[in-house]
Amino acid sequence: MGKMSGAEAILECLKLEGVEIIFGLPGGVLLPLYDAIYDSDIRHILVRHEQAAAHAADGYARATGRVGVCIATSGPGATNLVTGIATAYMDSVPLVAMTGQVPTNLIGKDAFQEADITGITMPVTKHSYLVRDAKEIPRVFREAFYIARTGRPGPVLIDLPRDVTVNELDFKYPEIDLPGYSPNLKVHGLQIKRAAQALMEAERPVIYVGGGVKYSDGHRELVTLAEKIKAPVTTTLMGIGCFPEDHPLSLGMLGMHGTKYANYAVQESDLILAVGARFDDRVTGKIASFAPQAKIIHVDVDPAEIGKNVRVDIPVVGDAKSALAELAKVVEDKPWSPWNDKVAGWKSDHPLGYARDGDSIKPQAVLETICELCPDAVIVTEVGQNQMWAAQFFTHKDPKHFISSGGLGTMGYGFPAAIGAKLGCPDKEVFDIAGDGSFQMNIQELATAVVNEVPVKVIILNNGVLGMVRQWQDLFYEKRFSSTTLHRVPDFVKVAEAYGALGLRATKPSEIEPVLKEAIDSEVVTVVDIIISPDEKVSPMVPAGASLSEILELERAEGSGQFQKSYAGSAASEILELEG
Amino acid sequence: MKHTIALIVENKPGVLVRIAALFSRRGFNIDSLTVGATDKPDRARMTISVDGDEVVLEQVTKQLNKLINVIRVSELDPAESVERELAIIKVAAKKEDRSEIMQIVSVFRAKIIDVSPRSMIVEVTGSEDKVEAMVRLLRQFGIKEMARTGKVSMVRGSRIVGP
Ligand SMILES: Cc1ncc(C[n+]2csc(CCOP(=O)(O)OP(=O)(O)O)c2C)c(N)n1
Repeated sequence: MGKMSGAEAILECLKLEGVEIIFGLPGGVLLPLYDAIYDSDIRHILVRHEQAAAHAADGYARATGRVGVCIATSGPGATNLVTGIATAYMDSVPLVAMTGQVPTNLIGKDAFQEADITGITMPVTKHSYLVRDAKEIPRVFREAFYIARTGRPGPVLIDLPRDVTVNELDFKYPEIDLPGYSPNLKVHGLQIKRAAQALMEAERPVIYVGGGVKYSDGHRELVTLAEKIKAPVTTTLMGIGCFPEDHPLSLGMLGMHGTKYANYAVQESDLILAVGARFDDRVTGKIASFAPQAKIIHVDVDPAEIGKNVRVDIPVVGDAKSALAELAKVVEDKPWSPWNDKVAGWKSDHPLGYARDGDSIKPQAVLETICELCPDAVIVTEVGQNQMWAAQFFTHKDPKHFISSGGLGTMGYGFPAAIGAKLGCPDKEVFDIAGDGSFQMNIQELATAVVNEVPVKVIILNNGVLGMVRQWQDLFYEKRFSSTTLHRVPDFVKVAEAYGALGLRATKPSEIEPVLKEAIDSEVVTVVDIIISPDEKVSPMVPAGASLSEILELERAEGSGQFQKSYAGSAASEILELEG
Repeated sequence: MKHTIALIVENKPGVLVRIAALFSRRGFNIDSLTVGATDKPDRARMTISVDGDEVVLEQVTKQLNKLINVIRVSELDPAESVERELAIIKVAAKKEDRSEIMQIVSVFRAKIIDVSPRSMIVEVTGSEDKVEAMVRLLRQFGIKEMARTGKVSMVRGSRIVGP
């Protein structure tokens, strides 16, 4: 292909990897690269803060299943990416993050805007490169994309000193040669046999599904398997959408704010088939009393996840989709069982619910209305109560239609991620379900959305407080609301208008539907400010450190004092330790 | 419980940092770590001694395997391997102590590699236990300085942990 500059080679690599869009913001050391971008067909979205570039690339990746790409300059640009990279790492999102770096001869000299970004990001990247010679560019990019998307996906960082982007090289895209990396995809036949036999013998099985099923695209195989053996299915926050929530076997989400019936089913089960999930503390509750009678089959593409948090009886290392397909092939049809009846009983006795009375808007009703008006929408969330209500009160059916920062719980994630998702799926309606606190963490991206005409719809469940933290203060700190009040500043409608977006507001229940309809019909970036009470709670709830069977209904408990009492009954030290 | 792990890694800048960072982030304890060349210029061999139960060992091994620059991870069973450590010890050597020190050195098949009016440098090679025993015996004369390599280890017989 002949000689070209490092910058041109980088763009050639991106083209060969099928990259259509990158998110970033330039700076001194990136001038040569941005000069090459100027002539390129790859679309560059200029963000207003580099954190948003990483989140937008992440949202794009989750919505499309492709590798997201972001770029930031050396020093502060690079460090601004860190939260976004860590967010992607915790949720196993394929990302390639490029950073500018000072010229190689200045590295280590504390040069202007020098930061050791490969060092800083080492614990939150799947791998990273500091490119020291332009000749390495093709190999490094090829490897980076391969590593990011294969096995357990994750972010890969490429640090690019300025001179490397200027120097010339002979471009040749090499074959992958990574002797230390073999993403384990082929499942072991014998383990599948053992797992299938355990599934056939189980009387009270539950399938527990995480993000791994989403990334491996294994949701169809999951449905086939579950229907064949009539096993109820519960998902983690990351697994939401992998199993249609209107399916009779669906238990919805489990864990701290999961459904009562999911948690009861897990606790009573005699066999758990965990697929692409990692037994996070928010999911298991007190680990020692998690599913006490159950055998555990754990399917994961990352062998290090197996046995990390719980003892596993039957480990199956491999890709979730192929493991589910293999299992579905070998198991035999099972009839509807007394266990299914029992679970169905829990489901009808303890549905997710909320008090529908009163003159104030119920956040749960907002989600239900969005679901009615736009059942195929892509729901991106911020973090806090808004995130949990979005998980609970929208009926999720598509694995790529629920996008949320689960592992890191990053406030400010949702809006830029929604921009990325919308750019990846322009024909879908994309909502950012937000809290007023989270939205303000990347509110400047309104400019990015407006300028680039990315019509996402931001639904602010505006309680005027840092709601989720306040909920804990309400329940565990005698309503001492230390630094959780936001004073309903700013006026989000005016902010939206100042940025050139459409601003709408609802203050009464009767306004929900018309306002949401207007937002859905809007062809521009739209911010809907929905005023709710600061006292709304996410319910039910397993207090941190308690066992899943101790799940409590908050609305009902509040008046009777039952919640406080049972909280006092569990080990308080444990509870406080685990607070997020 | 102590375990010995042999690693074959890519000989590249930053690899040691990744391994050390992994141990510190996951809260694993390293007792000793050695790095050296192999007969392939692009590969290095590490011997890491870790403290922990079977669960910790399993996690250490799996997490190390996830590092892209780590090519092979093998646990070396002490019963089936030979291990060696080298130590050089500067020991105070008064006139009246010299002959006793030399006796100890000869019993351990160690060597005296430097002599000066008030001290000697002793070189000893052997298992960790042997080095440890030597150090204990020399302590009575006064150890002024000591440098130990940490152990290297290899499985007996035909099993190969090669690059
Ligand atoms: C970057 C960041 N800072 C702090 C937190 C801790 N935190 C978790 S939820 C929450 C409150 C979020 O408030 P808001 O966005 O208004 O959402 P609400 O819970 O009110 O729906 C906070 C501060 C976090 N998750 N992320």
